[in-house]
Amino acid sequence: MFYREAGQFKTNYAADQSVFPINLDRWFIAAALVIAFVVIPMTASEYWLQAVLIPILVFTMAAIGLNLLVGYAGQLSLGTGGFMAVGAFMTYKITTAFPEINIILVFLASGLCAGGVGLLFGIPSLRIKGFYLAVSTLAAQFFLVWMFNKVEWFYNYEPSGSITAPPREIFGVMITGPTAAAEARYIVALVLVLIFAVVAKNLVRGAIGRSWMAVRDMDIAAEIIGIQPFKTKLVAFAVSSFYCGMAGAMMVFLWLGSAETEAFSITESFNVLFMIIIGGLGSIMGSFLGATFIVGLPILLSNVPQSFGLAMAIDTQKHIEVMVFGSLIIFFLIVEPHGLARLWQITKEKLRLWPFPY
Amino acid sequence: MEILNALFIAPFVDMVSYPIFFTEVVVSGLLTGVMYSLVALGFVLIFKASGVFNFAQGAMVLFAALTLVGLMERGVPVWAALGLAVVVMVVLAVVVERFMLRHLVNQEGIILFMATIGLAFLLEGFGEMVWGSNVKPLDVGIPSESFEIGGVLLNEFDLYAAASGSALVAVLAVFFHYTRIGMALRAVADDHQAALSVGIPLKTIWIIVWSVAGFVGLVAGIMWGSKSGVQFSLSLIALKALPVLILGGFTSIPGAIVGGLIIGVGEKIAEIYWGPLIGGAIENWFAYMLALAFLLFRPQGLFGERIIERV
Repeated sequence: MFYREAGQFKTNYAADQSVFPINLDRWFIAAALVIAFVVIPMTASEYWLQAVLIPILVFTMAAIGLNLLVGYAGQLSLGTGGFMAVGAFMTYKITTAFPEINIILVFLASGLCAGGVGLLFGIPSLRIKGFYLAVSTLAAQFFLVWMFNKVEWFYNYEPSGSITAPPREIFGVMITGPTAAAEARYIVALVLVLIFAVVAKNLVRGAIGRSWMAVRDMDIAAEIIGIQPFKTKLVAFAVSSFYCGMAGAMMVFLWLGSAETEAFSITESFNVLFMIIIGGLGSIMGSFLGATFIVGLPILLSNVPQSFGLAMAIDTQKHIEVMVFGSLIIFFLIVEPHGLARLWQITKEKLRLWPFPY
Repeated sequence: MEILNALFIAPFVDMVSYPIFFTEVVVSGLLTGVMYSLVALGFVLIFKASGVFNFAQGAMVLFAALTLVGLMERGVPVWAALGLAVVVMVVLAVVVERFMLRHLVNQEGIILFMATIGLAFLLEGFGEMVWGSNVKPLDVGIPSESFEIGGVLLNEFDLYAAASGSALVAVLAVFFHYTRIGMALRAVADDHQAALSVGIPLKTIWIIVWSVAGFVGLVAGIMWGSKSGVQFSLSLIALKALPVLILGGFTSIPGAIVGGLIIGVGEKIAEIYWGPLIGGAIENWFAYMLALAFLLFRPQGLFGERIIERV
């Protein structure tokens, strides 16, 4: 009754092409933004911000990046962890070498570095396709993590081999380092994710996104209608790695505070892949939903037995958690292989008819 | 100059001037390669027959080995434990078909792939919950004496591993080519729909092929488990098998063997002759780079079916 486009007339092309054409959608997004920017920082506890909300934002960034590559350009990649490591280590390197540069600019610069590395590892994608490509991107994953482990220059010859976020501030507010408040880090992460989500949304609506989708659906056909597959795939790899690099930088500097190369292991790559599959391939909204689901689920699972007052040995509980996580993934793929984004879409379509479906 | 010398000349000089050591490196690489092939075989079987890239193969290796060790720890004799472990793997195949594959027919490859990752989690959690997560030694009575042939040091155990690997491949080749079920399996691999239309029961075929993969996993589990103990990291050898798989081609059983041998030898040689120069511990990524280099020239792997694309 309320959620529909009937009666909302568009008088110019800009309005017609807006991301959210229905008024109610815009109000909903506005309300969500108010909650995210005002309500959450004022009410959420340190634990919620640190353990739930900031990780969700960090992984959303990575998921958007991987979704651009896998969901839109159709190039299956398992190298996410490696590209995140590039972002994190380059941020550390640049900000310790030039402490006076604004940390956000450093994030962007290291994102560009990650993009460059992604470009390099995207080169084989012209000839190698499908699962062969997926396995060969593991080369990026293992090689990059090995390199950041072995070459001491990347972590400034620290004996511990880990990188620690130095204190940096913007507008006089400390946002990285041990003294930064969780609220400040949350807001910075939120702003970054939102800006780049909007960028991604507009990328995929435009010429680049359309060429990605053409290559995804059939690269030979795309080539015949005049899209250069090599260039398109490389751009997809570069943009995707840029996002992943940003996510890696945010992971160390806004969330963990310090990290070793183990933080960027293949587990992360699989986790991000889970997020985009569960969230929905080829959907920016799905990246948010998927990241929330995959970050939230283990926390939920580890808290459920306690809330029922069940006492279990820690390792038994750990094993049960892993099992439940695995079976939920399978269950979810069976009931909704198109992901949470598809459920969201179905809900919206139902809402249009509600409450008079005939 | 010194770097170039160390990279491009010194290793080869080393190889030529100590031929016995070089032979030893190559032989041990070959034997490790057979072990990789054992794991890769399971992947190939399932991919051939159902088009599923089964990431859970590593977890199946772990699960099979854990079941075997767990039974033996409880006093079951070796032969009975082996039999029971095979039965468990068959039951697993039935369960996987009934509760997972059947519901995912006609889904895209990546969805099936992710589902098998979920299955890997499930199996790892289940195996460790039932049998415990501590490192368990596995001894099924394979001798492991070392001896010398022409100055090259060999271990009996590795030879047994190589022999059982070759035997397994021979049996599988015969099974695939000369039995009715094998023929049905090849038909399914070729085209699901066509196979169905000539009356091949797809579900039964899937159960069979997952059981065979489970059996191969058990053999791999015994070999790896006897070598390094049965523990969680056993499931990570799946990551070792992946470069073998893409090098040999997803659909080729001989490819899995040859790929395993190439990767095994290449990795050993690189680790020993070039590893120290660039910091060591390169075996994690070297195999992938090697496979990647091969793939740039043959995108379908060495023995994979030629990829024909039509618009």
